[in-house]
Amino acid sequence: MSGGGGKKLLAVVVGVGVVAALIVAYIVSLTNGPTPYRPAAQGKTVDLKLQTVAAIGPKLSPNATWVSYLVNENGTWKRSTVWTLPANATVHVTILNYDGRSGLRNPFLAQARGIDGNKFEVNGKPMGSINPDDASHTFAIPDLNVIVPIFGVADDAKNQCGDAPCDESMAHETITFTFHTGKKGHYRWQCFVPCAAGFVYGFGGPMQTIGYMDGFINVV
Amino acid sequence: MSLRRLIGFNLLSAAVLGVAGYYLGWWLGHQINGPSIAYFGDTGQNDIALFLAYLVGVIGFLVGLGFANYPVQRMLGKPPSLREKEQAGWTRYFGLCTDHKVVGIQYLIGIGAFIFIGGLNAMLIRYELLTPNQHAWNANNYLTIVSLHGTMMMGMMTSGILGPFANYFVPIMIGARRMAFPRIEALTFWLLMAAGFILMTSLAFGGIPTGWTGYEPLANQANMGMDAYIAFFALVGLSMCLLGLNMLVTVITMRAPGMSWGRLPIFVWGVISTAVLMALAAPVLISTLLMVTLDRTAQTSFFNDQVGGSPYLYENLFWFFGHPEVYILALPGMGILLEILPVFARKPLWGYRLAVTGMLGIALLSFLVWQHHLFVSGINADVRPFYMLSTELISLPTGFIFICALGTLWRGRIRLEVPMLFALAWIFNFLIGGLSGVFLSDVPSDVTTHGSFFSMAHFHYTIMGGLLFAFFGGIYFWVPKMTGFKFNERLAKIHFWVMFIAFNSTFGPLLVIGFLGMPRRVVTYAGYLQGANVWVSVSAFVLGASMLVFVYNLVYSMVFARVPAGANPWGSKSIEFQLPSPVPVHNFDRIPTFGPDPYPYGEGVAVTRPVVAPARPER
Amino acid sequence: MWSSWSHARRLTVLTVVGTIVLLPIVIFVLGPNMPPGKNTNVGDQQVFDNTVLLVVMTPFTVFILAYLLYAVFTFRADPAEPERDGAPIRGHMPSQVAWLTTTTIAVLFLAIFGSAELLTSGAGGGQGPKPIAKPSGSVLPVQVIAQQWEFTYRYPTYGGVETAQLEIPVDTEIAFHVTSLDAIHSFWAYELGVKADANPGVDNIAYVKSKQTRDFQIRCAELCGLWHGYMYDTGKVVTHDEFTTWIAQQKQLYAGSLKYLPPYSTSYAPDPTFRAG
Repeated sequence: MSGGGGKKLLAVVVGVGVVAALIVAYIVSLTNGPTPYRPAAQGKTVDLKLQTVAAIGPKLSPNATWVSYLVNENGTWKRSTVWTLPANATVHVTILNYDGRSGLRNPFLAQARGIDGNKFEVNGKPMGSINPDDASHTFAIPDLNVIVPIFGVADDAKNQCGDAPCDESMAHETITFTFHTGKKGHYRWQCFVPCAAGFVYGFGGPMQTIGYMDGFINVV
Repeated sequence: MSLRRLIGFNLLSAAVLGVAGYYLGWWLGHQINGPSIAYFGDTGQNDIALFLAYLVGVIGFLVGLGFANYPVQRMLGKPPSLREKEQAGWTRYFGLCTDHKVVGIQYLIGIGAFIFIGGLNAMLIRYELLTPNQHAWNANNYLTIVSLHGTMMMGMMTSGILGPFANYFVPIMIGARRMAFPRIEALTFWLLMAAGFILMTSLAFGGIPTGWTGYEPLANQANMGMDAYIAFFALVGLSMCLLGLNMLVTVITMRAPGMSWGRLPIFVWGVISTAVLMALAAPVLISTLLMVTLDRTAQTSFFNDQVGGSPYLYENLFWFFGHPEVYILALPGMGILLEILPVFARKPLWGYRLAVTGMLGIALLSFLVWQHHLFVSGINADVRPFYMLSTELISLPTGFIFICALGTLWRGRIRLEVPMLFALAWIFNFLIGGLSGVFLSDVPSDVTTHGSFFSMAHFHYTIMGGLLFAFFGGIYFWVPKMTGFKFNERLAKIHFWVMFIAFNSTFGPLLVIGFLGMPRRVVTYAGYLQGANVWVSVSAFVLGASMLVFVYNLVYSMVFARVPAGANPWGSKSIEFQLPSPVPVHNFDRIPTFGPDPYPYGEGVAVTRPVVAPARPER
Repeated sequence: MWSSWSHARRLTVLTVVGTIVLLPIVIFVLGPNMPPGKNTNVGDQQVFDNTVLLVVMTPFTVFILAYLLYAVFTFRADPAEPERDGAPIRGHMPSQVAWLTTTTIAVLFLAIFGSAELLTSGAGGGQGPKPIAKPSGSVLPVQVIAQQWEFTYRYPTYGGVETAQLEIPVDTEIAFHVTSLDAIHSFWAYELGVKADANPGVDNIAYVKSKQTRDFQIRCAELCGLWHGYMYDTGKVVTHDEFTTWIAQQKQLYAGSLKYLPPYSTSYAPDPTFRAG
């Protein structure tokens, strides 16, 4: 091939290389998402400690004003909503809620189901449902028919948390419940309270983005 | 190339001004504040800033290319210049050029690149659907990939044939040296390129959750990436509208002597019917998108039912545009089909008047059927029989196209060159597409198939099996004329056969999968459908590979091998093949005078040339 | 025999023979397996409708495919021979008229047939708030509430109790009142043959009567956001006794939420429309 042909070949090879690099970068960017967290299991029992906050803050997310769930990974609070749990296990869930009350679009979802005894505890007091207007979030795994309303912090509470992560000295409500995982699978979970401030019906933004109010439970 | 040559109105300055305009618009948007947009603070999404950024960025981009030069020059009193940069060598392909042939080739490469990206997204979708549960892409990103695939393909393929081939060949086919509005023609191209680039940025702003249809009120809930979708379609709509108007004015006013309406090549009739739809339907899209923008930014309530609006309004407005849109996609393919068949069957087009009636009939009826997308959405049940009838009726003019195609084959002397293979494959694919459309047009049947993969396979059979096959047929038919170089025939045939078989292997089973109950745009499906989905995904990967064969053939033949194609590689009697390859800048030495027969094929035919009588000297 | 026939005759024979061979397969093998299956009255209708569509399409499909293959093989130019042109036929009025007539008749027949089916029972599709094809006799209303991203169900004639699962009694006319609380969803009960879009603020009514007890898939058929693909459920058609027991159980189970539920209505406009910070 003449010199001209060599230059053409070089140009084509460089072009193909650039395109391939762009494609790889694109594909890699599509896999972004929370790092799955696997809580330590004692036999067939797992403890899952979560907190829900009114604003995630700029350190933990580019969307500083969004509400979010966080999970406690060995003492530090991480923004991960993808958790790995063992199959046929008993999962004890503790949720520290630092967010205020908003209310459910469908009050039916304020009644718990799919958990042990169909009762959850709010600050130690067991109950089966709450006033829907007092809910600030829910924790729901529809495929396992699990739903638990999360009682909200009163508007006039003192020492409310600003940006995440929030520590236990600030105003919060503690909700605990137990559910069971069954067979292996990849289950989605979501919040049902329209808590995405400013979005239409409260269901945009953090309510539709994995890593905030939605996630996956990998049962292995 | 010296650095000084880089300064001027070209792609580099367009990029610089585009980026500068983007940041200017973004800054402007952040200065705007008011009671109805205070919620931007809560959501962290400043839609006004992004819209302004895109708007000013596109304006900067166009100014950088030189589109403002002519209006400014005229305002300053300078005389009009008609032809810009038409002689400047290979750099004229990278800027504003008023030569319609250059614009045609720009369109071909530009649309080709974006279709490649859309196709890549399709491969990613099928990769995700290999298992019945989410496993590959973040569930948010999956919806964005689905939306990007559909949106990019629909926006780009709308001008997929009018852009490259009509821009290049319609002036030649009617005996003109240029289009009616050459600068607007170039503008439609660059608007489309800006639009494509804007759509690709949507991922950086949170993606698009609505699919290409952008249904409200979900579109109001979406992140800023939705604004990229809106900007994309607004620019595409503008490009479409201008392209259609340009085509119509050109064909109406610039036909050479002897080129009466009854002698127009059928491809030009396809272009005319498409152009009418483009000019009439695109404005509806643009105004709908304006309403969506207002809902997302100024919190108006066009589409929010709880404050006085209605999602039905969006559905109806969108599909009022959306249905003519799909005929904008189908008609040019029919034009190419009927243009290719006479050449390779060596016979005149059978039923010329019937074919024209068919195309115009499709164009007219396409405005009367849009509610068939809304059969089960709770519209007034009284109107459904009417739309069922109108939708079924549109299969009649489509049938005219079929009978004309089949009649052209009757007692021909068929040569199975690559363009002919694509044309024959069109007939097969569009048959399946059309028949599946009959199922969808029948309301009781539509109850199960609406919103399922059956509907998706239907439109892929018509748009991909029809339009894209016609697009490739047009490429293999006309690119040798546009560039002067032949394609490698062996690679072309491999491309065709792998594409045809893989295409049917991908979408045939999807018709069945839709019948079996799988909805569209899902990342998870019933376990018993996994085997079928794996088959479809693997076939799709093979289909993607066939496109790589084409790209290799394109680069190899046009850049390296460069075997001259000659003026008339197919023995066509159409005017464009009587000119040298590639066609010179001024098209003709003298404006031709056309004879009575656009398809002078056939044994024993008296006049065998398209141009008759000595050409009159130009005035 | 074959070689002495004209092209037209050969094609006619191919079409007729092909149709005669395929029609029994279409009617007896494909037909009964057409979606959505014969589990309900509307399902039966849809299967019948699909079979009729297939039957009408068969002769046209056979003709076009037979013609295409025949033409490509018979009218092919021999590559070894020098190039010649074909016959200069520009059209043939009798063929055009015949094609126009047969296709028009087929299309009009299908449109009238489809409309007739639609007007008798609604064919399982959502007919909007004012349905024109209503069953006579008593109807059990079941409200399907679609929200992001779950279906819940309310039984107005059983105290307005809302449940998370759908069970309906067999051999009863059911009226699904489908509505949405937020975005556009679509309630698709595949084996029942029912699909009705859930539009916010709208009561979309679809009728069905199931002939046998079975489980059925419920899927959302309109893209409604992140978990659209995960908005699925399994519904059950059960006997009357099972249904009565079940609904009584549900009323007990969900008594806690019942007192907070808004009164039953064909559509709801819950707060918030926008949520301020």
